Amino acid sequence: MSLDRAARERLVRALAASMIEHAEELTSLDQAIGDGDHGLNMKRGFEAVLATLPGLADKSLPEMLKAIGMTLVMKVGGASGPLVGTFFMELGKALPEQPTRADLVAAADKAIGAVKLRGRSEAGQKTLLDVLVPAQAVFASGGDARAIAAEAAQAADRTTPMLATRGRASFLGERSIGHMDPGSRSASLLIGAAVAALEFEAVS
Amino acid sequence: MSNSSSGNVGIVIVSHSSKIAEGAADMVRQMVGNAVPLAWTGGDTDGGLGTNVAGILEAIEAAWSPAGVAILVDLGGAETNSEMALEMLAEDRRARVVVCNAPVVEGAVIAATESSGGSSLAAVKRSAEEFYA
Repeated sequence: MSLDRAARERLVRALAASMIEHAEELTSLDQAIGDGDHGLNMKRGFEAVLATLPGLADKSLPEMLKAIGMTLVMKVGGASGPLVGTFFMELGKALPEQPTRADLVAAADKAIGAVKLRGRSEAGQKTLLDVLVPAQAVFASGGDARAIAAEAAQAADRTTPMLATRGRASFLGERSIGHMDPGSRSASLLIGAAVAALEFEAVS
Repeated sequence: MSNSSSGNVGIVIVSHSSKIAEGAADMVRQMVGNAVPLAWTGGDTDGGLGTNVAGILEAIEAAWSPAGVAILVDLGGAETNSEMALEMLAEDRRARVVVCNAPVVEGAVIAATESSGGSSLAAVKRSAEEFYA
């Protein structure tokens, strides 16, 4: 898979648009079970990423991803900054300049592992890992863009009945049940935007 | 955000609220005095409630001591951001910074008290964490 400069810029703009356009929705999800700043935080982070264009897209894909991650770490705030930022930084570190699909699968695996370490968490605790892990499974088994995006969206929905045992919502105990996890929702939006921009085709 | 310096372990206070961070630092200064390098940070990059890595890095720098720095945090994001900041330090410094699993206000006062007597970083951390033991 080769991403030219225009494609890299398209990817960045798609990721940012998904957060900026859904900022209010994310904030209202976070008001239910968190501290109500998730949408604003992600919007601020991705606006800061957009502000690094056009230079950002001049970088190679790995360098660009690392730079996005660093900007998110520094600008998003909350726990989401280090978590989402770590994902991008580790993805960048693990990718060659002209990655194949298999390279991307392997790099995403490493990046998800780094998010688990950063949050000292696993899937099942009502966090963004509950989207990253199942979406990655579809990606790794050959799913196309549509299948990956659909799984990510459904996985975010599946966090609604879950009991939060990690993250801010875990303070609420059983009251966290019945609300979608905002971090899962933002992860599913980012994945949807990324796979649509990258147009993954199915492999068997 | 800081003052004083010595060979004692530095204390960094990280809260989602800059008022809490500043207030905890005031308590440390009043109860423990000026023998301990001390810095605080609170709020997101827009000045709202939250924590940010850049602010934490600055605070670590401001409270730096050859004996190391102990960080006291309030809620999860403060801890995650502090761990992120720690990883971004140069390797020789990283080994001399710890995040304490302790309540932010009481932990800061106890950690500073321990530090003011010239205790090691490990002893400072242990004293702060006795609150949760």
